[in-house]
Amino acid sequence: MRVIDDVLAFVLGGIGERVFGTMWPSVFIALATLVKIACIVAPLMLSMAYLTLLERKIIGWMQARLGPNRVGPFGLAQPLADGLKLLFKEIVIPSGADKWVFLAAPVFAIAPALAAWALVPFDDGLVLADVNAGLLTLMAITSIGVYGVILAGWSSNSRYAFLGGMRSAAQLISYEVAMGLALVVVVMVSNSLNLGDIVRSQGKGLFADAGFSVFSWNWLPLFPVFIVYLVSIVAETNRAPFDMAEGESEIIGFHLEYSGLAFALFYMAEYASMILCSTLAALLFLGGWLSPFGFVPDGFHWLFVKVFVILTGFLWIRATFPRYRYDQVMRLGWKVFIPITLLWTLVVGAWMMSPLSVWK
Amino acid sequence: MPEFRNYHLNFGPQHPAAHGVLRMVLELDGEVVVGADPHIGMLHRGTEKLAEDKKWMQSLPYMDRLDYVSSMCNEHAYCLAIEKLLGIDVPIRARYIRVLFDEITRILNHLLWIGSHGLDVGAMSMVLYAFREREDLLDCYEAVSGTRVHAAYYRPGGVYRDLPDTMPKYAESKWKNAEKLDRLNAARSGSLLDFIDDFVARFPKRIDEYETLLTENRIWKQRLVNVGVVSRTRALQLGFSGPMLRASGVEWDLRKTQPYEVYDRLDFGVPVGSVGDCYDRYLVRVEEMRQSTRLVKQCVDWLRANPGPVASDDCKAVVPPRAEMKSTIEGMIRHFKLFSEGFFVPEGEVYSAIEHPKGEFGVYAVSDGANKPYRLKIRSPGFAHLAAIGEMTQGHMIADVVTIIGSLDIVFGEIDR
Repeated sequence: MRVIDDVLAFVLGGIGERVFGTMWPSVFIALATLVKIACIVAPLMLSMAYLTLLERKIIGWMQARLGPNRVGPFGLAQPLADGLKLLFKEIVIPSGADKWVFLAAPVFAIAPALAAWALVPFDDGLVLADVNAGLLTLMAITSIGVYGVILAGWSSNSRYAFLGGMRSAAQLISYEVAMGLALVVVVMVSNSLNLGDIVRSQGKGLFADAGFSVFSWNWLPLFPVFIVYLVSIVAETNRAPFDMAEGESEIIGFHLEYSGLAFALFYMAEYASMILCSTLAALLFLGGWLSPFGFVPDGFHWLFVKVFVILTGFLWIRATFPRYRYDQVMRLGWKVFIPITLLWTLVVGAWMMSPLSVWK
Repeated sequence: MPEFRNYHLNFGPQHPAAHGVLRMVLELDGEVVVGADPHIGMLHRGTEKLAEDKKWMQSLPYMDRLDYVSSMCNEHAYCLAIEKLLGIDVPIRARYIRVLFDEITRILNHLLWIGSHGLDVGAMSMVLYAFREREDLLDCYEAVSGTRVHAAYYRPGGVYRDLPDTMPKYAESKWKNAEKLDRLNAARSGSLLDFIDDFVARFPKRIDEYETLLTENRIWKQRLVNVGVVSRTRALQLGFSGPMLRASGVEWDLRKTQPYEVYDRLDFGVPVGSVGDCYDRYLVRVEEMRQSTRLVKQCVDWLRANPGPVASDDCKAVVPPRAEMKSTIEGMIRHFKLFSEGFFVPEGEVYSAIEHPKGEFGVYAVSDGANKPYRLKIRSPGFAHLAAIGEMTQGHMIADVVTIIGSLDIVFGEIDR
């Protein structure tokens, strides 16, 4: 991020001061932020597009077939072809739909999934907004995403879409509780709400000092919470086996009436939040950019590898499991996950107060 | 106080889980189903009426189009009805071939069912695994009849022709190099029977794979156990048959209770459920695939050892061999008569039923002595099963409706006829 500032100041510094005068420092900050946003969003868009290809390829291999391989070498141009196709399609607005809400819903879905990236540290210090209460802000932003789903289901004026919207509203809210409680435990042990600090706190401890940082990360002492979090993010992103909001063999989903680019926005939002949630899991439980062993240097590539592994897990689950029923998802969230996280909060609290604490 | 009312949801005819063209009007209280009203008739083609002004033989390919996933079994019931009316004997080899292909058809049908049922419940890989195996079996269909779906292979008096000595092979192309070709053609170097033998050897392992994915899967069990329960007495009252009836605990299989063809000489078991829910129906069908594999194996062994004619030599109803037709005047006349006016069936009525993969498939035929039926009534198992969907879905959720439709194993070709 510092590099971007320096380059911009070097290139535009002279002209900027002449044009804007004393206003230049504030204009410079706005300009630099825009460039940084572009530097985050552009690769993100690309990864979203290629995650769809990766999903189709991996699931294809698991299902004894090839996956897309016709557009470009190894099907590499497939996401572009898909995007182009959706771009040129008409956005059909159903006659009974509430037009403005109908069109605003996809924006509500995609905007939080992109905005949250401002708070994500990619490497030590490499973050757009280093907010103190970063984790809390992030939760606040991502929870807006549910409005997109509800509004889409409501404004479509279709009973299928409506059912999908209702289902996912209930599901997202329930799993946010389990997820939030899981994060409480993480915040307790790292003593900070700043994502960078949470990662850095994982690089300390008995094993990290011995050169095995991998066993000092949060996943080991907080193992039950880690599992709850992983399952919750699958539910939170409406992915199989918790995809009842989409449930293509039952109610087709909240975006049933959408077409063209409006549909593409929902699709992108789903994949963006998949990547976001996996990145969060890597940051909170798997030590973010930290390398697993003392003799290997830390760096952004470790975060990339961890996110990749979690995302592949998402796809693997999708290819393997049948879909839960609505009430069973609710039961799992309220009767299993929330008690587990509550219990573990107590256990960890007691553990931290005891002389055996590993977080001092 | 606001007044709460149930609302209606139009489920189908264009719905991914409607298995063709089922339209159901669901009355919902939230997500809970209060009533389900199936509407049929969108695939009605008037097969029964069409049969009335076609010669007996000409209706045979129409039978394929009833339950189009198990076409040979439909033909079988129709052929049995004609044979009973004509009183002709079928050579023993033809009987074994029919049983062989009936069981191959049963596996084909159950594979399609496990695939689409899995897809309905969300296990989307099942459909692709099942179609991988279906591919081989459809190749058997193709080798013997020339087509992969609408076979028209059975004939009154036997079957169309004997089993071929060679299997069609994959040809080399841009996408298939020599190595891949060798792998694909490995089992195809011998006769059809060798190919089926090879399939029978590897298929049980495939079923094990399906079971690994589903049988003990917690989600699968949560979705299927105690969903759509039909009690033993209720199943009998509703006219269930086949796996649907057996899953409810009634040991009734036409292959055992009134054996036709050579089933009484073969060794196989009949799986029976106890609860009558979707999970029992799943277990029964999976076990039926295993039993069918055993039956296919026994037929293959017998057919290898016992060559012989595959069609009756009754000159009134069966087409003469090609050589006879070309060399003798009697054969020539016989051929001409059969292909111009067809054969005349003595006056009378007959009901013949077989254990179709979906249940009891029956053909009731009335002949007034002409060369076409006076009336042909088809008893399709799916019709009775679908009629029960209202009470099966009562009190369940929308997702269960999809599970129950999947476990009924319905095909609209036979329901609408």
